[in-house]
Amino acid sequence: MDALTILFNGISLSSILLLAALGLAITFGLMGIINMAHGEFIMVGAYTTYVVQKALGSVLGDAYFFVSIVLAFLVAALFGVALEVLVIRRLYGRATDSLLATWGVSLILQQLARSIFGAPNVNVVAPAFLGGSLELLGVTMSYKRLFILLLVGAALALVLAILYKTEFGRRMRACIQNREMAACLGIRTKRIDCMTFALGSGLAGVAGCALTLLGSIGPTLGTSYIVDTFMVVVLGGVGKLIGTIAGAVLIGVAGTVLEWVATASIAKAAVLFLVVLFLQKKPQGLFALRTRALD
Amino acid sequence: MPFVLSLFRLTLLAKFVCYAIVALGIDLIWGYTGILSLGHAVFFGLGAYIVAMHLKLASLGTVLPAFMKTGGLDALPVFLEPLRSGPAALILAILVPVVLAFLLGFMTFRNRIKGVYFSILSQALAWAFVTIFIGMQAYTGGSNGITGFADYFGMSLTAPLDMVKLYYLAVAVLALAYIGSTWLISRDLGKILIAIRDGENRTNFTGYDASRYKTFIFCISAALAALAGAPYVPFAGIISPKELDIAFSVEMVIWVAVGGRGTLIGAVLGAFLVSILKTGVSETMPGAWLYFVGLLFVLVVLCLPKGIVGGVEGLRTHFRRCLSGAARAQADS
Repeated sequence: MDALTILFNGISLSSILLLAALGLAITFGLMGIINMAHGEFIMVGAYTTYVVQKALGSVLGDAYFFVSIVLAFLVAALFGVALEVLVIRRLYGRATDSLLATWGVSLILQQLARSIFGAPNVNVVAPAFLGGSLELLGVTMSYKRLFILLLVGAALALVLAILYKTEFGRRMRACIQNREMAACLGIRTKRIDCMTFALGSGLAGVAGCALTLLGSIGPTLGTSYIVDTFMVVVLGGVGKLIGTIAGAVLIGVAGTVLEWVATASIAKAAVLFLVVLFLQKKPQGLFALRTRALD
Repeated sequence: MPFVLSLFRLTLLAKFVCYAIVALGIDLIWGYTGILSLGHAVFFGLGAYIVAMHLKLASLGTVLPAFMKTGGLDALPVFLEPLRSGPAALILAILVPVVLAFLLGFMTFRNRIKGVYFSILSQALAWAFVTIFIGMQAYTGGSNGITGFADYFGMSLTAPLDMVKLYYLAVAVLALAYIGSTWLISRDLGKILIAIRDGENRTNFTGYDASRYKTFIFCISAALAALAGAPYVPFAGIISPKELDIAFSVEMVIWVAVGGRGTLIGAVLGAFLVSILKTGVSETMPGAWLYFVGLLFVLVVLCLPKGIVGGVEGLRTHFRRCLSGAARAQADS
C-alpha cells in the first residue's frame, strides 16, 4: 500500500468517526450529558435504513436511500427526545448517574433490536449507483466511501449553519455558555435541551444509515463505535466542534497508519495510549472552551 | 450452607462471594471517593488470567498449551516463565493489576482529569485490553480464553470436599477484605475520601493533595478486584475476554448502585442480590435479563440513588420523624 491509499483510508475512517462523534459532541460536549445509548441510536438509524429498504426498495428503487437518510434522522431523534424526557431531564448535574442510566437504556435497546430483528446480522443492499470506484493518482476510492465523505461534509455544514445562523442555534449557544443567565433572559432552557438532544441523536441515526453501506448490521453495531467516538470528543476538547473534527481526523489517520505498521489490535491499543499521553500535556483536549468556572 | 447445596449451586455461590470482594473495591472508589471506573473488570480479569495461566501450565507440565502451539509458539515466552511457580503467580496476580492501576491513576488524577473524563478513559482501557487479549491468541487463548485446569494449588476441582474448602477460602478472603476496608474507612483517610467526593477543590485548598489519595484508593480498589479474580478461576473453570469487558465492569458498578453506594455492607449485599436475581431471571426467562438489568439501572438511578441500604435508612429516619411528630402533637393537645 502506498502513502496516498493509506491517507485516503485514514480520511475515510475519520469521516465515519466524525459522523458518529458529531452527535456526541453536541450532547456530551455542549450539554455535558454522557449518553451511553448514543451507539444504540446509531444502530436505530441502521435498522431504520434496513426497514426502509425492505418496505420501499422495490417501489422507489435506489432513491430509497435518500428517504432512509431522512427517516433515520427522524426516528433516532424521536428516540432521543423520549430518552431526554423520560430519563436525562431528571439527571442534569449528575453526570456519572446519567451515564449509568443511559447504559441501562442501551442494554434495553440492544435487546429490543434482538427481539425484533433477531440476533444474526442483516445486510442492506447498497444503491447500485454507489457500486463502482474511482481511480485517482493510483488510489482506488470506492464511491461508497466518497459518498460518506460528502454526507459528513453536508452534515457538518448543516450543524454549523444551525449553530451559528439560526435563532435556535443562538439560544442553544446561550444555554451552553450560561444556563441560568439564558433562562433569566427568557429562553426556555428545557425546550432547548430537548431539541439539542434530538439534533444530536438524529445525527447518530444518519451515521447508522451511512454504516449500512460498509457492512452488515447487528444489534451490537453501536458498541463497536462508542468507545472510539468518545475518545474523539475527549481528544478534541469538549464544547468545540472544531476540536471534534480535529480529533476525528487524528484518531482516524493515526489508527489507519498504525494498523498498517502493526496488527489491528495493537493499533487500537496504541491509539488509546497516545491519547492518554496527549492528555498529559493538554488535559482539556486540543481545543479547550475557555471558562473561569472551577467546579 | 455449603453442605445443603449441590456442587453446581456451590460454585455459583462461590462466584458471588468473589463478586462481593470486587464490589467492596468499587464502593471504595465510587461510593466513597466519587470516581466512576468503567474498567475495573480489567483488574479482576488480569488477576484471574495470571492465576489461570499458572494453573494451565502446572496441569500440563512441560507440554505447551494447545492455543500456544496453534499460535505458532515453540516454547513458553520468557515473560510467562515466572508463572510456572505458584507463589510467584499469586503475587503477580495482585501486583500487575495494582501497577497498572497506579500508572493510570497517576497519569490521570495528577492532571485533574476527573469525573466523566476518567470514566471514559477507564472504559477505553477495558476496551483496549479486550482487543489485545482477543488479538494475541498465542499468548492468551484468544476469544476462547484459558480453560481445562486439573487442580488449584493441590486441591482437586472435581472433588466436592475440596470445592467446599475452596469456598470457605473465598469467604475468608471476603471477610478479610471487608474488615480491611472498614478499617481504612474508619481512619482519617475515609473522611478525606468523602471530602474529595463532595468537593475536590476545597479538599485541595485545605492542604490535602487529592490526586495522591485518589491514586492510592484506586490502587487499593484494583488490588481488591485482583484479589477476587484469583479465587474466581477454580469456580468458573474458564477465563475469557468476557471477564475483562466493559459490560462486566458496568455490571460491577450496578451491584454497588443497587446495594447502596457509600456503605460497605450495601456493596456486598448488592453483589449477592443482583447476581442471584440474574441467575434466577436467566434460568426462567432467557433473554429477558437484559431488559431486566436495563430497567434496574434506570430505576435505581432515578428512584433509589442511595441503593437499598440508603433507601431503608431513609425510611427509618422518615418513620422516626413521623413518630416524634405524632408524639409532639399528642403532648401539645
